[in-house]
Amino acid sequence: MMERLTRSGNESAALGAKLSRAEVIPVYPITPSTFIAEYLAQYVSDGELKANLINVESEHSAMSACIGASLAGARTFTATSSQGLALMHEMLHWAVGARTPVVMAVGNRALAPPWNLYAHHQDSIAQRDTGWIKFYCEGNQEVLDTIIQAYKVAEDKRVLLPAMVCLDGFILTHTRERVDLPQQDAVDDYLPPYSPEHFVIDFGHPLTENVIVTPAWYMEYQYQLEVAMRNSREVIREANRDFANKFHRNWGGLVDPYLMEDADVAVMAMGTIAGTARVAVREMREAGHKVGLIKLRAFRPFPIEEIRKLGSQLKVLAVIDRNCAFGSGGASYIETQSALYNTPNSPRVLDFIAGLGGRDVSVADIKHVLDAALKVSKTGKVEREVEWVKLVGGE
Amino acid sequence: MGSTTSLTEIIFYGRGGMGVVTAAEVLAEAVSQEGKYGQAIPIFGVERRGAPVRAFGRISNEPIQIRSEIYAPDYSVVVHASVMDLMDVSKGLKKEGVIIINSPLSPKELSSRFPSGVKVASLNATKIALEELGAAIANTAMLGALSRVSGQVSLKALTSAALMRFPGEAGKRNVNVIKRAYEEVQFK
Amino acid sequence: MPSKVVPLKEMSRVELVSKGHNGCPGCGMCISIRQALKGLGKNTVLAIPAGCVPVVAGGPLPLAGLSVPTILCSFEATGAFIAGVEAALDFKGRKKDVNVVGYAGDGGTADIGIQALSGAFERGHDIIYICYDNEAYMNTGIQRSGTTPYGAWTTTTPVGSLRHFKRERKKDMPQIIAAHNPRFVATASIAFPGDFIGKIKRAIELGGPAYIQVHSPCPVGWRFPPDKTIEIARLAVQSGMWRLFEIEDGQYRLTLKVTKRKPIDEYLKPQGRFRHLTPQDIEEIQKEVDKLWEAQPA
Repeated sequence: MMERLTRSGNESAALGAKLSRAEVIPVYPITPSTFIAEYLAQYVSDGELKANLINVESEHSAMSACIGASLAGARTFTATSSQGLALMHEMLHWAVGARTPVVMAVGNRALAPPWNLYAHHQDSIAQRDTGWIKFYCEGNQEVLDTIIQAYKVAEDKRVLLPAMVCLDGFILTHTRERVDLPQQDAVDDYLPPYSPEHFVIDFGHPLTENVIVTPAWYMEYQYQLEVAMRNSREVIREANRDFANKFHRNWGGLVDPYLMEDADVAVMAMGTIAGTARVAVREMREAGHKVGLIKLRAFRPFPIEEIRKLGSQLKVLAVIDRNCAFGSGGASYIETQSALYNTPNSPRVLDFIAGLGGRDVSVADIKHVLDAALKVSKTGKVEREVEWVKLVGGE
Repeated sequence: MGSTTSLTEIIFYGRGGMGVVTAAEVLAEAVSQEGKYGQAIPIFGVERRGAPVRAFGRISNEPIQIRSEIYAPDYSVVVHASVMDLMDVSKGLKKEGVIIINSPLSPKELSSRFPSGVKVASLNATKIALEELGAAIANTAMLGALSRVSGQVSLKALTSAALMRFPGEAGKRNVNVIKRAYEEVQFK
Repeated sequence: MPSKVVPLKEMSRVELVSKGHNGCPGCGMCISIRQALKGLGKNTVLAIPAGCVPVVAGGPLPLAGLSVPTILCSFEATGAFIAGVEAALDFKGRKKDVNVVGYAGDGGTADIGIQALSGAFERGHDIIYICYDNEAYMNTGIQRSGTTPYGAWTTTTPVGSLRHFKRERKKDMPQIIAAHNPRFVATASIAFPGDFIGKIKRAIELGGPAYIQVHSPCPVGWRFPPDKTIEIARLAVQSGMWRLFEIEDGQYRLTLKVTKRKPIDEYLKPQGRFRHLTPQDIEEIQKEVDKLWEAQPA
């Protein structure tokens, strides 16, 4: 029996960590994810969660402490956003190289200057090449569930990579929605305790982490990370299937295709935009257009297989990016084009930069994107590859 | 599925630090208790008590997938009438939509501020709050009024949600506020 | 030479902090920066990290709250930013009679900002660093920092049934900075503006690096009514909890002698953040304050 609650994204993330029995929780406050630390502090101080919560002095230290704790055998959790994530950057690489399956909630927020506290994916997208697994959630239930799934994936011996679970700043972090709380014993059954074998503190057999290697060794270590990331695709699909069987909620694995069966034009989105896009797609269908949605749930590992399969049926794929790799378009657009390049029958791919710094993305905005895609599917001509949506004064 | 027919959208208008966001959250909780789906989205400017704020509320029989701002509300709930000089509370209101205003003035007197045809309901929520709570926190009163005017959330669910949100004596008093507001709201 | 308390009638009438900004009612930091800028004057470049000040200084667009050149810098880097500004102005021959000032909260000073601050002071830049101490990360909603005092409730030391209030002692930043042998280190309080402004003027006279930590109560985070800010600040000093002193070229001097200290619970009781403390907890705090004053009465 699930407990039905109305909870914010921040609290959902904290509940996910609590149910996952996180053991060491180094935290540092930053808007809009600060509440995650506060809820966890409350659970610990009320004896509801047995964990060591460390109020560290910076985000760089938060990740450093997570890595130290993980190497010492604990299941660790932290949360941050924006500038904090950026400050952690050096240590994000470290967590990957050290194969510490840290799970972190990221309340996606814009980077300064100028100071903006609102939803923007640039913070986590900028960590693209660190080797972290990255999930982007559409709603609060998914946030809670994905934190649990993230541990299952990250700690899997075929993976052993850290994972971030992203939720749009304010739009999810501060929005309350209905959330069903899984039972602790069911979660324990799904997620056994963390028991690393690759690095252990054993005084009888002392190991050294991060020794110096010459060019004779480094490349093979990197290849191990490559293998882990490739493996993570199937592990993510498995973890999602197992979760769905147990908890009766299916988040799609790496992608969640919606009304794609007979679609020839589709929109692709991550995070809350995907949710709003479902409504837009339905309304366009009611008006007679055969359109669908590819919700991108995992950005890393990029779901190349799924994108190729879904893309091959499409004439046009319009990607909405809540981020921008200046001069080249949005990150999902770039990755999608790359995935589709060598496939026969690949669709035209368009990019729409939207929602930066918390600018609202409405059903009307997404319909505008779909209209543009439909036009291209009729004419076969791409007049503009990258468009910035709802820019004051236009481009 | 959140189709337009089953989705009700509400914009709460008021001043920061005075329960506008709480109103949307209590509503979402109440709606959830009735087995429906609720959503409460606060809209922040820079944090400051007293600044004009909005909060969005959605009610649906199905999971709510839309998470954008509300552009065409079914109900506009004005918790602090003074913000009407700073924000257009009739903006985007659906044709059959209703503006519910915390004011001692009657709906007829208030409707002259808006284009003709706009439906208005009113109640002196501040007075109810002062009398029942001893404080001018009008948010829960506005929820009582919303329940009556919209029929989208039951009094029972609202009072249950209020008792969950406000512990002890405060909870009981807020229940009184909600009930009184439900009775006293004028809707021509 | 000791700093001189500036009498009210000699304080600058120029307001460098605009009216109508977004600060909370009763904000101690807002009072502190207004006082500070009366001491610093308009030939001041400010670097201000994340915290409460950007709420005042940073608009939002199209407004800005301060009438001096201001950089709203990255949280951990205030010390490094002002070092850079100072080095550039010096290189360009523009440093004379210009104050290069970092204005940071306790989190941005004692925790995340300490590396850059320490570096800047070790290198001896001609800078003034003012820390407004509201004893927690207030802008993000009252989380504990290194300068949160023993016993305080914060959202990350939320007490709870296991009594997890802040157990660690307040980090002694003035002494940490004093160990860098700067020209000037001082503590101040918004309840004693003449003393605070006098210390700023002394810091300018001496040339940097200079560090001043100004105690700035926060009604929201400390849980007291917003019209009591100055009263609480004064009680902190009168109870001996917050000592007003300065160290000039290594020479220590108490700038306000508190001969008959008020009992500590007169300071603690009006603040909701200490509400959960037992009489034994309060006695323990009193003993600590007594010890501190007995060890160094003047």
